[in-house]
Amino acid sequence: MDFLTLIQLLDSTVRLATPLLLACLAGLFSERAGIFDIGLEGKMLAAAFFSAAIAALTGSVWLGLLAGIAASMGFSLLHGLASITFRGNQLISGVAINFLAAGLTVLIAQDWFSQGGRTPSLMGGARFEPITLPFAENLGTVPFLGPIYAELISGHSILVYIAFLTVPLTWWILFRTRFGLRLRAVGENPAAVDTAGVSVVGLRYAAVMICGMLCGIAGAYLSTALQAGFVKDMSAGRGFIALAALIFAKWRPWHALYATLLFGLFGALETRPDVIQAIFGIKVQGALLGALPYVMTVIILAGFVGKAVPPRAGGEPYVKER
Amino acid sequence: MTADDTSGRQETAAPAIELKGISKAFGPVQANKDISIRVMPGTIHGIIGENGAGKSTLMSILYGFYKADKGEIFISGQKTEIPDSQAAIAAGIGMVFQHFKLVENFTVLENIILGAEDGGLLKPSLSKARKTLLELEHEYGLNVDPDAVIEDLGVGMQQRVEILKALYRQADILILDEPTGVLTPAEADQLFRILDRLRAEGKTIILITHKLREIMEATDTVSVMRRGEMTATVKTADTSPAELAELMVGRKVLLRVDKTPATPGDVILDIKGLRVVDDAGVERVKGIDLQVRAGEIVGIAGVAGNGQSELLEVLGGYADGTGEIRVSGQPLDLAGKRADGRSRRARGIAHVPEDRQREGLIMDFSAWENTAFGYHRDPSYQSGVLLNNAAIRSDTEAKMQRFDVRPPNPALAAKNFSGGNQQKIVLAREIERNPDLLLIGQPTRGVDIGAIEFIHQQIVALRDKGKAILLVSVELEEILALADRVAVMFDGHIMGERQSAETDEKELGLLMAGVGS
Repeated sequence: MDFLTLIQLLDSTVRLATPLLLACLAGLFSERAGIFDIGLEGKMLAAAFFSAAIAALTGSVWLGLLAGIAASMGFSLLHGLASITFRGNQLISGVAINFLAAGLTVLIAQDWFSQGGRTPSLMGGARFEPITLPFAENLGTVPFLGPIYAELISGHSILVYIAFLTVPLTWWILFRTRFGLRLRAVGENPAAVDTAGVSVVGLRYAAVMICGMLCGIAGAYLSTALQAGFVKDMSAGRGFIALAALIFAKWRPWHALYATLLFGLFGALETRPDVIQAIFGIKVQGALLGALPYVMTVIILAGFVGKAVPPRAGGEPYVKER
Repeated sequence: MTADDTSGRQETAAPAIELKGISKAFGPVQANKDISIRVMPGTIHGIIGENGAGKSTLMSILYGFYKADKGEIFISGQKTEIPDSQAAIAAGIGMVFQHFKLVENFTVLENIILGAEDGGLLKPSLSKARKTLLELEHEYGLNVDPDAVIEDLGVGMQQRVEILKALYRQADILILDEPTGVLTPAEADQLFRILDRLRAEGKTIILITHKLREIMEATDTVSVMRRGEMTATVKTADTSPAELAELMVGRKVLLRVDKTPATPGDVILDIKGLRVVDDAGVERVKGIDLQVRAGEIVGIAGVAGNGQSELLEVLGGYADGTGEIRVSGQPLDLAGKRADGRSRRARGIAHVPEDRQREGLIMDFSAWENTAFGYHRDPSYQSGVLLNNAAIRSDTEAKMQRFDVRPPNPALAAKNFSGGNQQKIVLAREIERNPDLLLIGQPTRGVDIGAIEFIHQQIVALRDKGKAILLVSVELEEILALADRVAVMFDGHIMGERQSAETDEKELGLLMAGVGS
């Protein structure tokens, strides 16, 4: 494998890791606050559709992004109502959101665009275009570092950079701010937060809404940056891979970055069977690579690679006790 | 009887807390009925009452968890509304709950600032808290490592963190709810020294407990609650344990266990060289020898976690051990298929586990279902291949009557009974099978005083029928009152055996700490 192939492989790793990373961090906020969210998939899908649809109708990808975030946050609100206000089962609420999104997106797409559940292809200002970072073209000729800068670091859409910047931001919020302290506390022992005179409900809603916002960006990225338009079920299980990554990362922001990059690499390899054949000399089924994130998560959960301890109050509705 | 203090300083000051006519009902249940109480500043005021007497409800009202239906709250003479915990903290009230409200994987500092941060960023709050903590340490002798993670600390330390949390929020009034329930005797003594110090610094302390001894030792004034009403408030110096017990229960209570000397017979339980290794690979029981004879109660004393639980688990058939145990002369399987609860019951061993809510009962199941557990193969419970539910129900009802379980309703879920009545259900299930050997762990943990008397009587009655009883309890008082012979466990060894008539708390306390032999 030559250097350029490697750069190409890593480049597509970054592009494929971006939605996973955003969704993973979304899940991180929610689960750190004690609200399990298997509805990441559905929220991403809804956001993907509404971003593409509004971008197609208005011609503005930024309006599309806002619409995607709004749709995703709408579902978050639903999840919050079900699991925080009405203390329902968080898994059931998440499953319901996934089904709802899968059905609604296609239905509305057919109603609005009559293209078999798709949106029209997005062009021009209705899509996030790659950004060329300063000097990328001049430096591209510098050996080794040049291609890394010009091909790997430069030339992604703005959402990719936002996703990667969200990692240190998430870390900072969680571990350096009052909000983060309270958020982590409410996922571990809500009674401690409650008796300290802080609203458990308020904190959990805030976490769930942040989750919705990040899922919204992830979904918008799928349909307006990675692809040019919405197609049925385009989230393709990424929400679940993001959940796997979250467990793999043991609910920590920097580890979430590493986990999603690893899973992104598997995704990139899936599309380049020739690379694997060149390195290992064997043909590997693409589907096998697609299953790897789940296999690795099971291994992690079985406790082979350290212990993955979820937030202790996760999945439990908070009921005040005497 | 009210607490009209006669000392000059307190007479002029307004009460730190005054409640006037507080009432609170949950549906048809009147948890608090027209309660009025005055707590003087700089005193330790005890509130005593049985489980369900309404102590916790009253304190929850004071801490803003519940809103009273009627009544007024005055803090230092000012009428105060307490709609939530935030308002209670603002009014200078700090609460140390029975079950600590700490975030286990946070450090001491993080727990202390949680909810009382100074700004959006953590750093300034943390360094300020570190400084304040040092000051509090000097002032009250409450030293705790600020960077220790809570789950690495013992319960006594965790409780200190709770007290520090309240002091950090500048609480002048500290409410402690059953603070010694989880503490060793030494830790409890330490706590009371801290409370003395706090009182000397002018803090007001409300101590909620059901232990008469603590009230007598630590408080200045005591209020007694019974069935939602405040029955009396007296100066501690002017009362006696017997009087308080009567006020709590509403009838005369026997505080001492009334029993004749034991007449031990044949050896029923014979343990030789028993070793137990727990799931984590740590040896918890390190080769102990112990005998229990027919017609005697042998008490195992010791601070929790010194191997007593593992001993009970092996005897009860749900942990493996090595060594030799004989029951009525026949060897007992300590591992493998025949080391289970069913085989143990077949050998005439009954077990009342230490943690009744986890090991003794299924809380969501009804009393009659719980009564059948372990004995569900009893022929009288069968009806062909099915269980004869009607037979189990009527059998349960009869047992509930005999053991004075209230309410005697077999259809009620276990969780809806009070702690004492839950324990009576387990006891009825086990004792009524007339076992040769009864294993009983923490028989009266979380049980109110009226029920304690009854439970102790049942255990002694079983002994007097010539049965062998192995009693494990962390309450030294209970061991001394109930057991005929005491063995003290420390670090997996038996440190010594004493006739309970010939020993005292001091000697046993030294053995419990691993001193002497």
